[in-house]
Amino acid sequence: MTQTNLLEVENLKVSYGGIQALKGISLTIAQGELVTLIGSNGAGKTTTLKALSGLLHPASGKVEYQDKSLLHIPAHQRVANGISLVPEGRGIFARLTVAENLLMGAYVRSDKAETAADLERQYELFPRLAERRTQLAGTLSGGEQQMVAMARALMSHPTLLMLDEPSMGLAPLMVEKIFETIRDISAQGVTILLVEQNAKLALEAAQRGYVLESGAITLSGAAGELLGSDAVQRAYLGA
Amino acid sequence: MKLHRSSGHLTLAIALLALPFIIDALFGHGWVRITDFALLYIMLALGLNIVVGYAGLLDLGYIAFYAVGAYTYALLGSPQFGIHWPMYVVLPLGALIACGFGVLLGAPTLKLRGDYLAIVTLGFGEIIRIFLNNLNAPVNITNGPQGISAIDPLQVGAFSFGSSYEWMGIRIDDVHLHYYLFLGFTLLVIFVSRRLEDSRIGRAWVAIREDEVAASAMGINTRNIKLLAFAMGATFGGISGGLFAGFQGFVSPESFSLMESIMVLCMVVLGGMGNVGGVVLGGVLLVALPELFRNAAGPVQQALIGKVIVDPESLRMLMFGLALILVMLWRPAGIWPSTQRRREFAADDSVLHQEQETVYDASK
Repeated sequence: MTQTNLLEVENLKVSYGGIQALKGISLTIAQGELVTLIGSNGAGKTTTLKALSGLLHPASGKVEYQDKSLLHIPAHQRVANGISLVPEGRGIFARLTVAENLLMGAYVRSDKAETAADLERQYELFPRLAERRTQLAGTLSGGEQQMVAMARALMSHPTLLMLDEPSMGLAPLMVEKIFETIRDISAQGVTILLVEQNAKLALEAAQRGYVLESGAITLSGAAGELLGSDAVQRAYLGA
Repeated sequence: MKLHRSSGHLTLAIALLALPFIIDALFGHGWVRITDFALLYIMLALGLNIVVGYAGLLDLGYIAFYAVGAYTYALLGSPQFGIHWPMYVVLPLGALIACGFGVLLGAPTLKLRGDYLAIVTLGFGEIIRIFLNNLNAPVNITNGPQGISAIDPLQVGAFSFGSSYEWMGIRIDDVHLHYYLFLGFTLLVIFVSRRLEDSRIGRAWVAIREDEVAASAMGINTRNIKLLAFAMGATFGGISGGLFAGFQGFVSPESFSLMESIMVLCMVVLGGMGNVGGVVLGGVLLVALPELFRNAAGPVQQALIGKVIVDPESLRMLMFGLALILVMLWRPAGIWPSTQRRREFAADDSVLHQEQETVYDASK
């Protein structure tokens, strides 16, 4: 395995006031990988993604992306560098149409012709959105909103796509569909960091996984192994 | 189609050019002066529209930028300091200083939204007014509550907008000349507003207005984009203020009270937030209607009841308040809203309804 790492996180610490939310986590993601970060509520999953996307400033630690430190790069520039976040709760622009939402995702790109082509590509990936392109995003169902959020993130041509609990609040059938799409996106060569509470689904989709508990990584390894491990079975799969 | 549109533009242009003479002939000189003020207020409202309408940042102290522009002009073009710089230097300078004040207000309030931002901006507006009111001691700069008078008229070389000229047998007075000058500036402000609306910056403002965190996840530099909204809005206010000082020939702190800020905000909200046409309409209505009441309320009461019972001045404010309530009840997005705003207001209920449902939403 001499694959170069796209993202390297070392001993990352984040505090809110006096409370340490991340107590020094380390993880790596190789180019093209689908890696999942699983853990229960309050483990620090969202905090990790926020720190990686620049919405939060870590107290200490090292974050390297494409072999360059990310620490002093503001959030908006990280998007231009290819790091795109689909925030928890989707964060769509509820009162803009689906098409307007997607175009907003292409904000960092300036090529109009290519943006238009990208838009069509997203509609191919999410045919449901094509039907609803002129509808207000806020009036869509939860699953469709998740599609909007993902398609919008893809509009910026991300190298690293970070998804924060895409299954949250969705019906089982919709969750399956969303995960299918995540695998499709991964197959297209986009590196994905998937944060999930639904450990089983996430580990089934991912190649590798990390288990986050109370701000520290307690387990890591190939997704298949984690799925079979006693600790994960006990803690997350109720077996 | 194109021909049709351009002939429409031509008709509009002729109408705008002839307007002061028509008003003069029908209603008299005073109303041309009121029209001039309407143009100044339209510029102000369009400036505030950038901050409130486009970027969604509620600013209750906007008149401060008007004051900064006006006082810049007054201090650099009056006997106050004996400085008499030409308008083509002072006006841009006033706009620039106002722009600086816009950033000054924007920078510390970047993290504030809604009511909190409103309170801080309200305070800012009052600080500027009180400063102007008290800056006559220990060193007299603004001449305090007496204000600055004998301000130079707006003039370019030997041509003064404050004089009357005869041209091919037509007498063109100062109010007419100011009308054309203000019209030019207003059209410029309208042009800039429309271009901004359709631009990348315009889209970034919409994103920030909708959801700031999501906006920054889109790669929008929310800090700079918000500061830009404040700066652009303040610049328009500064230009309008400079023109006001030159037109009026006199400025004093009482022209820049909180009531004025609220008046300009009403123009934006009543006309149609975010829509240039609506804001212009709001400006015209809110300048013209109160004047109409001021002039008509007395005679109408006299004719109907035989004497003046209610003082026209207080009746004016009463009717103004009533009009505001009625418009907000029937057209909450404004008289002439932007398509997006109209959609937003119409959507609010259904969006909320839907959001509660989505958690249980099945495979539709």
